[in-house]
Amino acid sequence: MTATEPMRLGIIGAGKLGMTVARLAIDAGIEVVISGSGDVDRLAWTVRLLAPGVRAATTAAVAESADVVVLALPFHRFHTLDRGLLDGRIVIDAMNYWEPVDGADRAPAGGDSSATVQQWFPKARVVKTLNQLGYHALKAAWVATERVAQGVAGDDPAARTTVMALLDRLGFDSVDAGPLAAGVNLVPGSPAFGAASDASTLSSLLRAGATGAGSTAAIWPDRSLS
Amino acid sequence: MSEVTSSMELGIDNFVSEVVDPNTGTVYPAPERMKQFLTEVLTADRAGVDSFGVGEHHHQYFLDSAPVVILAAAAAVTERIRLRSAVTVLSADDPVRLFEQFATLDLISGGRAEMVLGRGSFTEAFPLFGLNVADYDSLFEEKLGLILQLREDVHPYWKGRHRPPLTGQGVFPRPAQAKLPMWIGVGGTPSSFVRAGVLGLPLMVGIIGGDPRKFRPLLDLYRKTGIQAGHDPATLQVGIHCFGFLGDSDQQAADDFWPGYERTMATVGRQRGLPAPRRARYDAETGKHGAFFIGNPETVAQKILDLELALGGFTRFTLQMTNSMMAPDTMLRSIELLGTEVKPRVLKARAGS
Repeated sequence: MTATEPMRLGIIGAGKLGMTVARLAIDAGIEVVISGSGDVDRLAWTVRLLAPGVRAATTAAVAESADVVVLALPFHRFHTLDRGLLDGRIVIDAMNYWEPVDGADRAPAGGDSSATVQQWFPKARVVKTLNQLGYHALKAAWVATERVAQGVAGDDPAARTTVMALLDRLGFDSVDAGPLAAGVNLVPGSPAFGAASDASTLSSLLRAGATGAGSTAAIWPDRSLS
Repeated sequence: MSEVTSSMELGIDNFVSEVVDPNTGTVYPAPERMKQFLTEVLTADRAGVDSFGVGEHHHQYFLDSAPVVILAAAAAVTERIRLRSAVTVLSADDPVRLFEQFATLDLISGGRAEMVLGRGSFTEAFPLFGLNVADYDSLFEEKLGLILQLREDVHPYWKGRHRPPLTGQGVFPRPAQAKLPMWIGVGGTPSSFVRAGVLGLPLMVGIIGGDPRKFRPLLDLYRKTGIQAGHDPATLQVGIHCFGFLGDSDQQAADDFWPGYERTMATVGRQRGLPAPRRARYDAETGKHGAFFIGNPETVAQKILDLELALGGFTRFTLQMTNSMMAPDTMLRSIELLGTEVKPRVLKARAGS
């Protein structure tokens, strides 16, 4: 797929992140279909006011019709989706594990939340990106004059290339972060997390993350409560 | 929808969090910190601040896991100020018990109690009370439905998933106010604005960063949903909650608030994986279009008035002043300035417009 080819973007999760990505995509001339946890009519009403041009649908319809599907649910909710739902699809994992919200019992092994997602959807072509900046920062980066870069990690090179072309249309530069396992350099606690920077700065931050420099443990301090 | 509404309440929503004495670097002992907090509410009451809210946290850095107990103590020493939770983590509590507690608070305070009901941005209370985070949404939906019913119905019949049924037993005491005020507290989740609009409940919006004017589309979503659902536009009230702090000059206010802000962000923020706070970013947030209402009374009053126009009106504006490294007198001065200097400026400008 090239940057100008028509495409349909599916988004699962109509919260802060999902609606923000929907807005960015529709403004870039991309066809967008989105699903949420409530009923479709209510979501359609929300979308009509907040992101006109975006279509609301069921999650099954989103998975069925989209070329690329963005997972924008709370991390503790993705496993409520059917495991075969995204077979063969390019799936952007834009989620982060956050202990205070997702609970300690959902902590991914080694902090690698995308590996958990890939295991749940074994036949999906999972790419990790759009997780490294909060939704406020995504909106800000979108209107900024300097382009902000996003790290992209995934095991399928063709899927990675498609996603990078998509990011370009959304208004972001991208940095190839390597295989999906390298996505741990994009999560909370890594030097790259929360950094709205250009591609060369992001590349250095990703290298710093890979070598363990400057990273912090992304944990809530008092485990006594959980 | 853009006309300025007739009333405007100014309030404070603080946390009873751990505070470090900036002179000694040591944490104020818990009993002393609790006294300081009650003095904050008392000072606000005397300065003419309209309302005071207390947060709810189940966390080692906080003393406010039992907010209604704190509000009851505040009710006993104050006279006019309205008292509320900010927010009550409804999902993790029993609506019947909560209603009983707030009805009791309403009696103690002579009809000054309010509730702000939210899902809560932290789920630390979930494991503490044996709840499953996966039920986050259904817990809130169900419990919200029940507590709204309890407000109308003395002998409720009710059945749900997360609590045993109610079969007409009375829920007492009844509050002093005919209808205990219940607001919905939200962040930026669109479906939360729709829910509040459908139910026709007043809406309290917590804005923690970025340009607050960006919330206009979400507020319009709330208002349009409410009108479509058949609610009187006058009942579709909006309140806005932001970080804020007052000093005798802009510079002094910003400098007084920064050390504790930096400390909090560098510890809690870092544990959540966020980058270290920078003063330049902080200064941008305290500027004309940032989310922090920090400055002298003139600056903050003008910023509130500007935001009210940009958002299509609101009837309540509350400041989160809590700071993890601050002398009590500095905090009390800020509270006093809100009541005695900001409020008259805001009311005067609105009366004249």
